[in-house]
Amino acid sequence: MSFLIDNFVELTVTGLVLGAVYGLVALGYTLVYGVLQLINFAHSEVWMFGSFAAVWVTVALGVAPGSALPVVIGVLLLALLAAMTVSGGVALLLERVAYRRLIRLDAPKLVALISAIGASFALAEIMGLRDRVAGWFGLRDTLDPYVRSARDNTRFQNPLETEGVFTVGGYTVSNVDIIIIVSAILMMVALDQFIRRTRTGRGIRAVAQDSEAAALMGVNRNRIIRATFLVGGIMAGAAALLYLMRFGVTRWNAGFLLGVKAFTAAVLGGIGNVRGALLGGFILGLAENYGSALIGSEWRDVVAFLLLVVILLFRPTGLLGESLGRARA
Amino acid sequence: MPSTSVSEQPVTRNGAALLSLDDVSIQFGGLKALDGVSFDVREGEILGLIGPNGAGKTTCFNVMTGVYQPTSGEVRFAGEPLGRRKRFAITRLGIARTFQNIRLFGNMTALENVLVGADAHHRTNVIDALVRSPRHRREEREGEETAREVMKFLGLERRADELARNLSYGEQRRLEIARAMATKPRLLCLDEPAAGFNPAEKAQLMDLIRRIRDVRGLTVLLIEHDMGLVMGVSDRVAVLEFGRKIAEGAPVDVRNDPAVIAAYLGTEADDAGEFDQEGDL
Amino acid sequence: MTEGKASPDTEPASARSMAWGPRLGWDRGALARRVTALPRPVKWALIGLVVVLLYALPLLEIPIVSTPDTDFGGVLFTVASYVLVALGLNIVLGYAGLLDLGYVGFYAIGAYTVAVLGSLQAQLSWWLLIPLAVVLTTISGILLGAPTLRVRGDYLAIVTLGFGEIIRLTALNTEWLGAAKGITGVPRPPSVELFEVPHLKWEGATAVVDLDDTTRFLFFGVADQTPYYWLTLTVIFLVLGADRMLRLSRIGRGWEATREDEDAAELMGVPTFKFKLLAFACGAFIGGLSGALFASRQGFINPESFLLLLSILFVAAVVVGGAGNRWGVILGAVVVAYLPERFRGFEEWRLLVFGLALLLLANFRPQGLIPPRRAKRAQAVDEQLEALEEGTARA
Ligand SMILES: Nc1ncnc2c1ncn2[C@@H]1O[C@H](COP(=O)(O)OP(=O)(O)OP(=O)(O)O)[C@@H](O)[C@H]1O
Ligand SMILES: [Mg+2]
Repeated sequence: MSFLIDNFVELTVTGLVLGAVYGLVALGYTLVYGVLQLINFAHSEVWMFGSFAAVWVTVALGVAPGSALPVVIGVLLLALLAAMTVSGGVALLLERVAYRRLIRLDAPKLVALISAIGASFALAEIMGLRDRVAGWFGLRDTLDPYVRSARDNTRFQNPLETEGVFTVGGYTVSNVDIIIIVSAILMMVALDQFIRRTRTGRGIRAVAQDSEAAALMGVNRNRIIRATFLVGGIMAGAAALLYLMRFGVTRWNAGFLLGVKAFTAAVLGGIGNVRGALLGGFILGLAENYGSALIGSEWRDVVAFLLLVVILLFRPTGLLGESLGRARA
Repeated sequence: MPSTSVSEQPVTRNGAALLSLDDVSIQFGGLKALDGVSFDVREGEILGLIGPNGAGKTTCFNVMTGVYQPTSGEVRFAGEPLGRRKRFAITRLGIARTFQNIRLFGNMTALENVLVGADAHHRTNVIDALVRSPRHRREEREGEETAREVMKFLGLERRADELARNLSYGEQRRLEIARAMATKPRLLCLDEPAAGFNPAEKAQLMDLIRRIRDVRGLTVLLIEHDMGLVMGVSDRVAVLEFGRKIAEGAPVDVRNDPAVIAAYLGTEADDAGEFDQEGDL
Repeated sequence: MTEGKASPDTEPASARSMAWGPRLGWDRGALARRVTALPRPVKWALIGLVVVLLYALPLLEIPIVSTPDTDFGGVLFTVASYVLVALGLNIVLGYAGLLDLGYVGFYAIGAYTVAVLGSLQAQLSWWLLIPLAVVLTTISGILLGAPTLRVRGDYLAIVTLGFGEIIRLTALNTEWLGAAKGITGVPRPPSVELFEVPHLKWEGATAVVDLDDTTRFLFFGVADQTPYYWLTLTVIFLVLGADRMLRLSRIGRGWEATREDEDAAELMGVPTFKFKLLAFACGAFIGGLSGALFASRQGFINPESFLLLLSILFVAAVVVGGAGNRWGVILGAVVVAYLPERFRGFEEWRLLVFGLALLLLANFRPQGLIPPRRAKRAQAVDEQLEALEEGTARA
């Protein structure tokens, strides 16, 4: 208990940082669920690919920490772009390979879930076997810095040095903390506006509410589905870079647990609800931090899952309700 | 209100009230889907329930079968208030229904669909099933007898082993009736059973509904948009509009009731200026 | 309303009889009809033969089937465990349509009951442990189901997933449950050593009895896992029988109706909540049983044995085979459990291939390898009934 009180500010800030990442990844789940009522199990791999893209950009550019600020910003922006592009691309690939046919056939949800699980395995394994795959093409040596020790942790060399900005309650909030929390909120606002104001956004909402009626009104459902995957992927790519800036490592199977947590965040906030995703992320991040401070960090994941179960039992549609998707059948 | 002035009409079949709605209201958000609706379904009669789209007919069924709890008012079946009874318990009491948009168990055979209905009164538990106890065997036998007999009554006996979703549209509608009848109800509620039927099929359905009452002795509550059918087959008709009962009585009288005509034509037939919205047919 | 003519059997008879064979997705209707058409003694002899063959499988050492890299008895045990688990999950997922992504939780509770009460905290007898494990797991299934089965279907998946993880993490973090290092010395089933059975050895196409390679009949030891396979196989037959009984009763129909349309089922008199809870309890029962068998074969357990991945493999087994069809589910379990073992040499690529296979199967055989063919089955029953009726009419 005293540990919680003594470190309250630190736990809160890191909880929010973690929550921001959960929230951004949760968006992918929420959007796809809102539009298709499907749990996109492979979304965690979308994030994972983005994280590697970010790592590879920094490896390729080889910028040492402490470079001039414009260089640092340039590298980070490039990494962000790469992560978003790769994640968006993988998300589109996923839609094409794992979902499109099944959506067309109107297959049971369960089958789509299995398809996604298969895709998730395959994507994670390809990353874990990337040295072998490179070997097929005789590129094992050329690509060594990118593919070596494929099954181990891959470190991200953050070009931005962590610096304290101000101190509250004994904890020095760093520039990275601020960047992460602020960019997550900004992206969420941007997405919210996108969904509310743009044509595509309206299409997404229309398909989420009643896909048949939307089709009758001239909305191109397939295009909207692709847009949904793409947007979710881009958000996951951003989340990947932010995550790396704070936690510094990724690995081929890092997506799984993060994905489960992010999905939990989505459900917490009310699946299908874009604002709920960030709220759910923050709550989950905070609850994990406070909970593990109270009863021990080994119980972190248990806290997360218990929170999910309790919330679902008492508020089955999540905290903010399901606004994108339709109400309870 | 002129609409409520339509008095009780002499009844062709005089039974006691089997089901009564007593001042039932239900609210969905800002919408009063039912607003103080009262009527009786009398033992042995065929009561037609009509009204424009969105009038609250299906909502009536939902209140009667426990899908929704009324916000106020009470539903009584055979004198007993339904209260907070579970839906399956209400079915066991003796109310069975069909659905406006067909809701069969698509991946089960037609026979299995009807068997589920027949199971409503069965008590077989896991142990019974595992050891094939006498009760289990008796219930299985009786259930199958009931199911086949009901299917025969509806002319479905040849389709027993077809998956429900592979039946033709008309067969699916009849299968819904069969499934409901297999629960051995006293009151059978049919929600637009003739939707999508051609005139010949409608005539057959009319005949069927009569036989359900005359041969099987069930009381029938019928929602239907086809005026010819409802007026032809019902002993009495109740009319809903915007969640309110605007008329009740013998078909002839209801047909000539100015409020009903207004509701269906959307014209201002009397001083009630509330029909500013078109109740489309 | 007279379109109801006798349903034409769309498949020509010749195609049907040819379909029976090694090809996947054979026509079970035809097979069932042929088997039921056989005279009783022949039928029983046939079934007996299959049963004997299954029991003898580890002894036959059939060249291509046997796994070169690992003990074949052990592989068969693994496969049989998966089959058992899949049959349990099939009740929950295939019949009642409840997506349980935390099924491994029940498996773990069964295993931990045996391990904790048999070795770590007490030394109860194996005969007591198994029923205890099953009862505890069933109770946990009811405790989990009672609140969560009211939650909407999709959420159930994630709640159960959370449950499975909570069970594992609790085991991982609790000293009393052995924590990360797990529990050793889990009691094995008591051995009743009667005689030794030799294995076969293949020299080209001829089989020779290999007297050096024997299995001690009903010795539950460490090295030779064949007796565990026999034990599990026996349990599978019992479960199959029970499954069939339930499936053909009001309960099985209630499950299916609930899966097809919960509201309609409730309105036709099915107490759907009770039935869902029952499905959950039955699933937990079988899951716990297989976990208990797993622990007593393994001799030791640790939380690593109950990763979430396993839950997903279980679901995959059920769906790949054809949810709702017990034969399909068995095939699915065999595929999911056996293929990776058979191709252990390609260890690294196993999961990749597995993932791609799931992807392909889901996309190109969405109804599973052997989808439920209720129509056909019911038809066979019907023909029998008609024949019976004719018989009585003539008499
Ligand atoms: N669960 C619900 N939530 C909100 N509104 C509802 C709900 N169920 C019904 N309504 C509304 O109540 C009104 C009455 O609907 P109801 O289905 O009873 O009409 P109906 O008379 O059966 O019409 P139809 O002839 O089209 O079947 C409609 O405006 C409908 O939108
Ligand atoms: Mg209606």
